[in-house]
Amino acid sequence: MVTINELHRYGRTKLIMPGTSACPGCPLQLGMRYLAMALDARFAMVIPAGCSSVIPGAAPYTAFTVPVMHVPFASSPAVASGLRRALRIRGVDGPVVVWAGDGASADIGFASLSGSAYRNEDIIYILADNEAYMNTGIQASGTTPPKAWTTTSPRGKTEGRKDMSLIMIMHNVPYVATASIAYPMDFIDKVRRAASIRGFRFIHLHAPCPPGWKFPDNYTVRVARLAVETGMWILWEYNQGKLTISSPSVPYKDKGRRKPIEEYLKLQGRFSHLTKEDVEVIKANVDKQWDLIIRLTEIYR
Amino acid sequence: MINQSQVSGRGIRRIMVGDHAVAEAVKLARVNVISAYPITPQTLIVERLSEMVDRGELKADFIRVESEFSALASVYGAAAAGARAFTATSSHGLFYMYEMLWWAAASRLPLVMAVVTRALGPPWNIHDEHTDILAIRDSGWIIGMASDVQEVFDMTLTAFKLSEDERVLLPVAIGLDGFVLSHTTEPLYIPSQEDVDSWLPPRNPKVPYVIEPGGEPITLGNLPRMDVYHELHRAYMDEAMNEAKNVIHEVYGEYGKLTGKYYEPLVECYRCSDAKYVAVTMGAWSGDAKVAVDELRDSGYPIGLIRIRYIRPFPEEKLETYINGVRGVIVFDRDYSVGFGGVLAGELMGLVPSNVSFKGVIAGLGGVDVSPSDFRNVMVSFVNDVERDGYLRVRKWWYIPSVNGGD
Amino acid sequence: MSSVSSKYVKYILSRPMAGAGGKTGTWRVHRPVINAERCIKCGLCWLYCPENAIDWLENKTVTVDYDYCKGCGICSDVCPVGAVTMVKEGVI
Repeated sequence: MVTINELHRYGRTKLIMPGTSACPGCPLQLGMRYLAMALDARFAMVIPAGCSSVIPGAAPYTAFTVPVMHVPFASSPAVASGLRRALRIRGVDGPVVVWAGDGASADIGFASLSGSAYRNEDIIYILADNEAYMNTGIQASGTTPPKAWTTTSPRGKTEGRKDMSLIMIMHNVPYVATASIAYPMDFIDKVRRAASIRGFRFIHLHAPCPPGWKFPDNYTVRVARLAVETGMWILWEYNQGKLTISSPSVPYKDKGRRKPIEEYLKLQGRFSHLTKEDVEVIKANVDKQWDLIIRLTEIYR
Repeated sequence: MINQSQVSGRGIRRIMVGDHAVAEAVKLARVNVISAYPITPQTLIVERLSEMVDRGELKADFIRVESEFSALASVYGAAAAGARAFTATSSHGLFYMYEMLWWAAASRLPLVMAVVTRALGPPWNIHDEHTDILAIRDSGWIIGMASDVQEVFDMTLTAFKLSEDERVLLPVAIGLDGFVLSHTTEPLYIPSQEDVDSWLPPRNPKVPYVIEPGGEPITLGNLPRMDVYHELHRAYMDEAMNEAKNVIHEVYGEYGKLTGKYYEPLVECYRCSDAKYVAVTMGAWSGDAKVAVDELRDSGYPIGLIRIRYIRPFPEEKLETYINGVRGVIVFDRDYSVGFGGVLAGELMGLVPSNVSFKGVIAGLGGVDVSPSDFRNVMVSFVNDVERDGYLRVRKWWYIPSVNGGD
Repeated sequence: MSSVSSKYVKYILSRPMAGAGGKTGTWRVHRPVINAERCIKCGLCWLYCPENAIDWLENKTVTVDYDYCKGCGICSDVCPVGAVTMVKEGVI
């Protein structure tokens, strides 16, 4: 596993330039930095519409230090497919990364994502999931958790959520993992492992959003960590047929070691309206998800 | 029409349908990346290109995407990474691409697309109409419309040269009429690979820029600091469109030297230089309109035909030249802008002086057959009406055949 | 040296620069102040700074770039020894 001492060499290197348009405490900024460290800023990136279209600032300048294409909302997996194919033909190596949000991945761009995944295109797809359409001002997406407040679910989301990473495994791609901005070493390791193999690789990065989830700017990492510690977000890795629970999440296989889910929920204004019954439903969902993932580790061993 | 005696030596002659002619041109252009999604009547293009790639005749990647939107998105990505790329579609497929069409054009990357023209539903209708390709006329694509299978081939091949020219750097769409050209066999002259190679070198991946890992850290398309950058960018697109008119001239000049086949690049003037009346058409039915013109000339009617080859860039200077001095202009639109009328009529009317008679005819929608005698009858009544009344100005007039059993 | 060849892409291509989103230090309401004596040089504040506005120097001490620091306070929240205090701007 990568250590912070190894990363010290980036201590003064601006892989993402400061002075961006991101909100204070933005988790996407953290994820993007870790991604750039993992690949030593040697990759090309395709970004669909979303917060990350705005974050790098205004032309003719950008905070990004790698070649980037901003592209229409639903198009990024297809654009990246063509980009990678052309690079292969030209004999140019190096990762092509899609950096997309939950709207672009789970909803409007789902067909394009599914197409690229099933064709096993040689790209790394990072779903930076802040669990709603944040760039347009907090509307519910396919990954917004049930009961969560958004501006289009004012009394709480009534639908469930798409489990994007499990859906991706069913596309028979070689690599799928979940990650969290609170666990940069785990995320960086996963990006590097993904980069070491070929084909379609998918990393689902949990990215708590202060204005969108209604918690203070300084709690981004705290909330992301609590998601893992309460078992709400499980870190796991599927690598070419083998699924394992990642080390930060291993203790929480044991339900007794998980922190109370209320600790996670109470920090977020989007859950402030929940009833006791709602919380019980959420708890049951967490247990169910853990059962499923543990079973999958037994199936994909 | 191609004068066969003009055709120079090294190529081969084949008979072929229009869709396969597109595929032949793509092969000769040594395209690197192809992506397309099947839709009637374009499907023969994807099928033939897939065969060519599978057989190794064409060393290219064929990306089997799940939609037209992804077809254009993936060839767009390929173009950004320096490849020569091609896609093809029709009708609903073209509309499914719509957002990407604009993004690709404004990204200034060279791309070529064949559009097999077809009506839009409902009702479902796979037959010919130009409304689909004309609906992308504001998007930044150069748009040509062929009138026979040879021209389909020639327009497709020259499109690569045109699109990649540093003075242009805009994508090019080639229209061919669904079934009328796409599925109709005609004689075709195909230049040799050596001749094409000598004239169309591999694409320079650095022009205008390349997105690649480890490459220059450029970002395409983030928000502009000032909105006027957006406006300036569109003004550059306008400049390039204007420049494209000259480049089209040049490219067809070179192509003529290479193959012996010369075209009037933007607009074809058929018996129009001494005409007192001109008809205006675009696409395959121009052949039928020419037959009507010939017959009318034989009967003493001083009429000629203006055939638009490229509707974008809009060839206004040429059109003005040909319209100048005539008594009347009649435009045939195989398209309909709902609530307005014929698209070509609308675009041309501004070039027709107010003292010159004008008629916009909408006909042939949804594949309705318009024969030379239909053209002749409509042209004759226009000329007779103007001669009788001295002046006529009708922007929109429907020519619909009587329906058997209908009302 | 740029390899971009055409003036036509002048207004759609961007290049990296600090402050592409502005001098974001002006957004700040609370400024992080680092207590060098308490600092254990772990680098966590640098690691978790979303704005990349903290430098982790060769000697493993840290400095904040107040031109761009937005004052989100994550550095203070993740510091394991309480060496980063958020102080209201304008208050000395």
